[in-house]
Amino acid sequence: MDLKELYQDIILEHGKSPKNFGKCEKYTHEAKGHNPLCGDQVHVYLKLNNEKNVDNVTFEGTGCAISIASTSIMTELVKGKSLETAKKIVIDFLNMIKNTQEIKSNDLDEDQKIKIMSLSGVKQYPMRVKCATLAWHTLTSAINGKKEEVNTEVID
Amino acid sequence: MDINLIKSQFPIFTKKIKGKPLVYLDSSNSSQKPTSVLNSLDYFYRNEFSNIGRSIHSLAVNATNKYEETRTSIKNFINANSKDEIVFTKNATESINLVASTFGQENIKKGDEILITELEHHSNYVPWHYLRETKGAIIKFAPINDDGDIIISKLKELITSKTKIIAVTHLSNVTGTIVPIKEIVEIARKKNIPVLVDGCQSAPHIKIDVKDLDCDFYAISAHKVYGPTGVGILYGKKKWLEKLPPYIGGGGMINEVNKDKITYASVPEKYEAGTMPTAEVIAFNESIKFMESIGIQNIIKHEKELTNYALEKLKKINSVKIIGNPKNKAGVISFVIKGIHPHDISTIVDEEGVAIRAGHHCCQILHNRLNLSATARASIGVYNTKEDIDILCKAIENCRKVFELK
Ligand SMILES: Cc1ncc(COP(=O)(O)O)c(C=O)c1O
Repeated sequence: MDLKELYQDIILEHGKSPKNFGKCEKYTHEAKGHNPLCGDQVHVYLKLNNEKNVDNVTFEGTGCAISIASTSIMTELVKGKSLETAKKIVIDFLNMIKNTQEIKSNDLDEDQKIKIMSLSGVKQYPMRVKCATLAWHTLTSAINGKKEEVNTEVID
Repeated sequence: MDINLIKSQFPIFTKKIKGKPLVYLDSSNSSQKPTSVLNSLDYFYRNEFSNIGRSIHSLAVNATNKYEETRTSIKNFINANSKDEIVFTKNATESINLVASTFGQENIKKGDEILITELEHHSNYVPWHYLRETKGAIIKFAPINDDGDIIISKLKELITSKTKIIAVTHLSNVTGTIVPIKEIVEIARKKNIPVLVDGCQSAPHIKIDVKDLDCDFYAISAHKVYGPTGVGILYGKKKWLEKLPPYIGGGGMINEVNKDKITYASVPEKYEAGTMPTAEVIAFNESIKFMESIGIQNIIKHEKELTNYALEKLKKINSVKIIGNPKNKAGVISFVIKGIHPHDISTIVDEEGVAIRAGHHCCQILHNRLNLSATARASIGVYNTKEDIDILCKAIENCRKVFELK
């Protein structure tokens, strides 16, 4: 397999200069995630407004290009969406990574679909799937107000 | 030393990874196995299989003799006083747990101190942590400097009248630091403190002489010494093994069993309860013979040359930083590349058939100390060549290309 399928330009760009990095102001939800196998750490901050829309979502953390890019792309895709849509996007993403399903979401435009599909290369690298999914599980945890840290060794 | 002859003894090197010849630089994790070890396993299971020590038929007698021959080989390999000082376990981790648990039962009370170092593998920390949890022991960490050497003067200062045991690695699986065990034991002797040495990484790479080191315990895993998985060694001074209580109870470790009273076998059987990995112990003898056939001095020389070659070449690659610069370094080379996470490095070099490890290598304390969440690690075995290092360096250049680093 060509490494460029895994390390697509979109991934490299997001890995190098992630979007929505940092702690946002007045966040309403937060959660931490950890991949103990490789030490990847992520902290997701979510700000929902009164209408339950994602006003803002940001993150802090360290990790490989795949995990940083995946987190960065995630924040871009769910920002501005309703909470219900955000949840659907997470499910769609996890299905794509784990069950090799196409993204058929009506909630994403073509550009966003290309972004999310850029992460599908990790399917060929089973040891790297957790790098890509950590942030998405952590976002779910933030939405559900879970207290304990997401641990990839426990959930996947 | 004919490196091609050595490499040809390892069948795995005829295999291709992603269409490329395997460049195996993960021997610190586990080493590959020579044909003699593989043949021994196969031969024993096909022709000689029996459990040991229990029956008196011919097969059992033969198996028992061979099992004991390995014990004698190990005794000579590490220069122990007696073969009774060699206990077979599952791995070095179990060996350390055995000591922590049995020594801890009788010798550790609330407030007592266990001195380890910032270099330790989780295997030489977590077992002692149990004593912190169950007995209220205190664990102290002898610090290292930025080169990755233990600061001996600081270690000395951490010893108090409450220090009950010192547990330290002989060779770091991250920085490759060869630790001056003799010096540490001499310090400990003056205060009558026993010393356990984690010899997991040292056993395949340096000469081990437990008499000369004068340590009280020494732990080894066969799988890192070109031997099979499932076998470890605990060396313990006889006075300790006799004095400490048994660890796992069951068949094989008893003397007499009555409804109201049980007496235990003498050492080393006291610590070998249940059916042991017989075939693996027997095959382990072949890995010792393999090492001895090359000669430990030749192994040291070859690996030293290769380590220096690798360090020099790696340092020339832009943005590669080698972790640690210890006074005495073995062929364990951890590094980071600015702008590329170790996991990405590992995935990319794997495309060239290069096997390295990425992560914290079971040393989170050390990584925290060095302010790193992960490193990439290339570790050398007796079968590695300069060509392997060249391919590694080319693969690293490819990482830089994929990540478009300048
Ligand atoms: C220094 C050190 N100690 C202990 C261990 C544990 O070895 P095992 O898993 O064989 O028990 C290792 C293995 O990586 C090690 O490098």
